[in-house]
Amino acid sequence: MSSSVPLLTSATRRRAGSTTLRARLERVANAAVTPLVPADYLDLFNPLRAGAELRGKVVAVTPETADAATIVIRPGRDWAGHVPGQYVRVGIDVDGVRQWRAYSLTHGPRPDGNISITVKAVPEGVVSHHLVHRVRVGTLVHLEQATGEFVLAPEVTDGPATAKLLFVTAGSGVTPVVGMLRNLFPVTDTGVVRPARSAHLDITVVHVAPSRPDSIFIRDLEALDAAGAIHLVARYDDVHGLLDVDTLGDLVPDLDERATYACGPGGLLDALEAHHAARDLVLYTEQFRPATLVVGEGGAVTFAGGASVETDGSTTLLDAGESAGVLMPSGCRMGVCFGCVVPLKEGSVRDLRNGELTTAVPGETGPGGIRIQTCITAAAGPCHLDV
Amino acid sequence: MTVVTKKDQNPVAHLTPEDIEQLGIELDAIRQEVLDTRGERDAAYIRKVIDAQRKLELGSRAVLLASAFPPAFVVGTIGLSIAKIVENMEIGHNVMHGQWDWMRDPKIHSTTWEWDNASTAEGWKHSHNEVHHTYTNIVGKDNDLGYGIMRVDEDQRWVPMYLAQPIWNFINACFFEYGIAAYDLELGKNLKTPKDRRPESFKKAARATLGKIRKQMTKDYVVHPLLSLPTGSFLPTLAANFTANLVRNVWSHSVIMCGHFPEGVETYEKAAIPERETRGEWYLRQMLGSANISGSKAMHFMTGNLSHQIEHHLFPDLPSNRYAEVAPKVQALFEKYDLNYHSASLPAQVYSAWHKVVRLSLPNGWLETTTKENLPSQLKMLWAMTTGDRKVRRVAQLRLEQQARRLRAQKKADVERVA
Repeated sequence: MSSSVPLLTSATRRRAGSTTLRARLERVANAAVTPLVPADYLDLFNPLRAGAELRGKVVAVTPETADAATIVIRPGRDWAGHVPGQYVRVGIDVDGVRQWRAYSLTHGPRPDGNISITVKAVPEGVVSHHLVHRVRVGTLVHLEQATGEFVLAPEVTDGPATAKLLFVTAGSGVTPVVGMLRNLFPVTDTGVVRPARSAHLDITVVHVAPSRPDSIFIRDLEALDAAGAIHLVARYDDVHGLLDVDTLGDLVPDLDERATYACGPGGLLDALEAHHAARDLVLYTEQFRPATLVVGEGGAVTFAGGASVETDGSTTLLDAGESAGVLMPSGCRMGVCFGCVVPLKEGSVRDLRNGELTTAVPGETGPGGIRIQTCITAAAGPCHLDV
Repeated sequence: MTVVTKKDQNPVAHLTPEDIEQLGIELDAIRQEVLDTRGERDAAYIRKVIDAQRKLELGSRAVLLASAFPPAFVVGTIGLSIAKIVENMEIGHNVMHGQWDWMRDPKIHSTTWEWDNASTAEGWKHSHNEVHHTYTNIVGKDNDLGYGIMRVDEDQRWVPMYLAQPIWNFINACFFEYGIAAYDLELGKNLKTPKDRRPESFKKAARATLGKIRKQMTKDYVVHPLLSLPTGSFLPTLAANFTANLVRNVWSHSVIMCGHFPEGVETYEKAAIPERETRGEWYLRQMLGSANISGSKAMHFMTGNLSHQIEHHLFPDLPSNRYAEVAPKVQALFEKYDLNYHSASLPAQVYSAWHKVVRLSLPNGWLETTTKENLPSQLKMLWAMTTGDRKVRRVAQLRLEQQARRLRAQKKADVERVA
């Protein structure tokens, strides 16, 4: 005991010493590269290293359907992992412009440490088209840590002898569910594996899609069904007509015994919520696509401090802010000096010189919003400025 | 040069207000063409430049760790000089102009960029992007006309201190980054203000600039020399860093002088600028107030494409790599509207700018009226103007101008007689 005390102390001292040495080295490194930081140089050689801003490298792009593909990404060293069902925000440069989107992770944690997202190219979808059709292996993308509440409850995964679940998926809403199912029932060369940890699960999947060929992951779902891992109820609009939620009980006779996890467009989720609330059933939902933004002429502009002002389509945001008493940064007032640039967190604005629209969607655009020049832009619908 | 409105022949007199607006529309169309095709290729360009610049700087500094070895000293100094020039000109200047903001990359953005220079990004963006680019060449509003320490226009009143401006200009060239920092702070004006009356904004900016200078100096003159100590290269590295800064300063000063100082570039009178200048009028002022440098691709790159100063002043926020392709279209517009597209080689423009600095260091008309014969009396008058009070100067100045006018009239008559 008595001998361990000085040992501890010296160990502590050594640790303290190494931290100050480390801190000193960092100070020297910072001083040597000012006004940049050492990371700016390290990024040139190893952007995926520990301590770097989180990024990932595309290692494979596999087509799923004609307009959907799975992108496998090797995340940087600081990737903290995820739980099946969670999503990740990905920042990718399309035509030179950094765009951010959220995508479900379509695999459980994989042994190779990679993550995968499955993207369906949606009409007018700048990013989804790029990811499905143009992105190349080796591309560097920006990542945020996985997040999302749409995960299986712990009592389901580690819990009772049986757990009865219902997944309702529509369109690309299948992606987080596939992430969960792949984790529960891994697919190997010999087929679907039913590991012991998933043996107690009784899963029904109601999958809704416009048609079978349009359905991402339908082969995976069918394989799981064939292996007896899940019971699949596929509903195609072109065969069965549009799904009426009130008939869900007919498709799933033991509906009342199941906890429902639903992912899809807003309309379906709203209908399910009403349906389940009326029957007092458990429902977890996930929706990615936010409500469509209103684009028009002028609109209500709100500011970080809470001030708000109604503007027309020709009043610059700078003038609008100043009239609302907000301390706006300003400069040349003619689009030349970039002294008035502030983040647009939400909404659409129009460049008064050429009519070009810029739209910020929370959760879709970069974490800091899109920086815009307020002296030459006007509101094109309600918008929120972070100033 | 003289402000446009006081010239015998106004270079824009032949343009109607409608012409000027039409010119604005045509320039907007050129701008839009670039915006419509701006994309991946451009983003890849700036990323490549930044990547190469950082590797060159890193490599050069690594080589300089052994700068006691003469070839390492030479290679490292050349590399570091080039790296510093590219960092300031093609990257820093252009990023801080917002030319790459459209990429939405927070790392390559006008609001976050800080450059390897004594002046802070914040201060520079105000004095350069805002004041200089908005009020280009308006005497009394655009301090870039002589940086507040030189007389570069006939319409600036001559005072004796201007006699020394060729020397100042040389010193300014050598320590240009500090000159710019002082200029951004409006140091002269603020130092003249009593300490307790100096605005808070100045004190804040001065603190930031001093902090920046301290860091910059520590990097180049303490940290890197110390890192070179193990190879006995402390002093050579210090010398190499000093040289690289000197080279970068002289180079950027030369390039920047060529942008607005050469003979033939127009300046404007504050009173003659309308309260609300139209887009066309603003464009026209930028067109005539700037001058280009002709040369090779490498030269354009090393000037940060400020060799396309005219195009840069028309479209300060378009990516610099596009100025070269826009230039022929802009030049065609100059021809269409019968305006002077001012372009010449680097040596010619540098000479022209220096010539003007020397010429305007003397009172208006002095050089014109001086011959070998009257030199002693002219010098005597200059001495009187230098030592005398304002009244003496005014009287002498009037006499000089009268003489110069008479000489010009005589010359004109001679020419007519011969014709």
